[in-house]
Amino acid sequence: MRYMFLIYSQERPEGPHPAEIEDIKNRHWAVMQDAKQRGVLLAVEGLKPTSLATTVRASQGKSVTLDGPFAETKEQLAGYYILECKDLDEAIGWASRIPSSCKGLEGCIEIRPVADLPKQP
Amino acid sequence: MISDAAAAAERLFRQESGRILATLIRISGSFDRAEEAMQEAFASALASWPEKGTPQNPGAWITAAAHRKLIDQARRERTKLEKQDSLRYETPARFLPPDLALEDPPVHLPDDRLRLIFTCCHPALNPESQVALTLRTLGGLSTAEIARAFLVPEQTLAQRLVRAKRKIQEARIPYEIPPPSQLHERLASVRAVIYLVFNEGYVATAGDQLVRRELCSEAIRLGRVLCELLCDESENLGLMALMLLHHSRRDARIRNGQLVTLEEQDRSLWDRQAIVEGLELIERALQAGPVGPYQLQAAIAALHAEAAASEATDWGQIAALYGRLLEFNNTPVIALNCSVAIAMSAGFEEGLRRIDALGASGDLDQYYLFHAARADMFRRMSRFGEAAQAYRRALALTTNRIEQDFLNRRLAEIAGATP
Repeated sequence: MRYMFLIYSQERPEGPHPAEIEDIKNRHWAVMQDAKQRGVLLAVEGLKPTSLATTVRASQGKSVTLDGPFAETKEQLAGYYILECKDLDEAIGWASRIPSSCKGLEGCIEIRPVADLPKQP
Repeated sequence: MISDAAAAAERLFRQESGRILATLIRISGSFDRAEEAMQEAFASALASWPEKGTPQNPGAWITAAAHRKLIDQARRERTKLEKQDSLRYETPARFLPPDLALEDPPVHLPDDRLRLIFTCCHPALNPESQVALTLRTLGGLSTAEIARAFLVPEQTLAQRLVRAKRKIQEARIPYEIPPPSQLHERLASVRAVIYLVFNEGYVATAGDQLVRRELCSEAIRLGRVLCELLCDESENLGLMALMLLHHSRRDARIRNGQLVTLEEQDRSLWDRQAIVEGLELIERALQAGPVGPYQLQAAIAALHAEAAASEATDWGQIAALYGRLLEFNNTPVIALNCSVAIAMSAGFEEGLRRIDALGASGDLDQYYLFHAARADMFRRMSRFGEAAQAYRRALALTTNRIEQDFLNRRLAEIAGATP
């Protein structure tokens, strides 16, 4: 089954502590390498900070464009993985290895099962 | 005759349904299908046993009957799915077990119930759902019984169960004993659920007394299953000992609907058998190690159980155990208990000083036991005016009728004692 791992990071304008950057990179790299070798890495992307985000919302038939992310919260989406896992316990095992301080300080990893798209009509 | 067979089926359901269901879930890969098949099998039993007599091994009879129903059910569903193949994307993805697993004769694996308890207590489910699902599947309690015990509408509880089962199925929470790297965290979650069930029954809040006692017995039964299956875990033994030692006082702690303090309980009403078993368990646990919070709490309960009279209680050792417990859980409530134990061993002045020091942060200000503990210190030192004031603060902070009665009784006592 496919699971998406949403990385939520506590954003700081100056990013993570300089001393931690190498460690964060290495840990992501290790997860990617391991997942690739096992043939379970389906996708992985990192995102630029929310200061560069734009939100478009449909309102009364018109679309309204706004600066900033969908919600101003302490922890922001910083990237994702999609991995093929046998079950939730295996997914939890992966999640515990994914660093979440990519954009500043530790946040969390949300695991969501990926739904099958309906066939094209 | 008819009622005999019905009673036999009822007894069997209470004792064996958890084990039977655990096996059926493994075979079918679905909580709902397993439950449905088991219920149908019990209905068949009620229909046929009064006439044909109760079979020699009723549990095996039910399992075999439920297994046949599962096979029929799977065949029906497969045909339906094949017919609907072109529309398949519209039906939610469902896990159909491979034929082989289903066609094999049903064997009870010793760890089926362990799989079930780990799945029900999975931390990816919210705690209320963990408790409800554990009681429903392993305990065999009805939705109505669980709803009554937790004072929630039956509809709410039923929805909670549906949501939990849906998450198990669709997020694919495995039906397995967790991998070694997760076992420790997961076991803690299982113990927390069992202790929550016990406490819900033990703490004398409102609600049906009988159902509440049933919850305690159920928690003890689940604790036994856990100890039986994973007996090397010292905290499992510690939890079991703790529940037994608390439960041993059940007949002494409420008299005419009123709460009786440990000190004032009639110790001849304590359940000796439960105490002996609890003491054995805690000794075994502490020898095996490593020590943990359940064992420390059980050791404290053991010291109370061993005292022939309240004056004979070894408060010095109890205070020391609370001190160790604080190293695991540094909560104001445990610190409060520790201060009370120190008061009982090193003197009320010292105890009161420590209680007041704890209160300085303000964290305990809305906690009725904090004021009740202060009041008790004043009462023991015959400072009745200050005692009455603190009892009144405590009284304003609890809505529990039994606790209110107790505090009012104390207030009346000191009013009588005031010169």
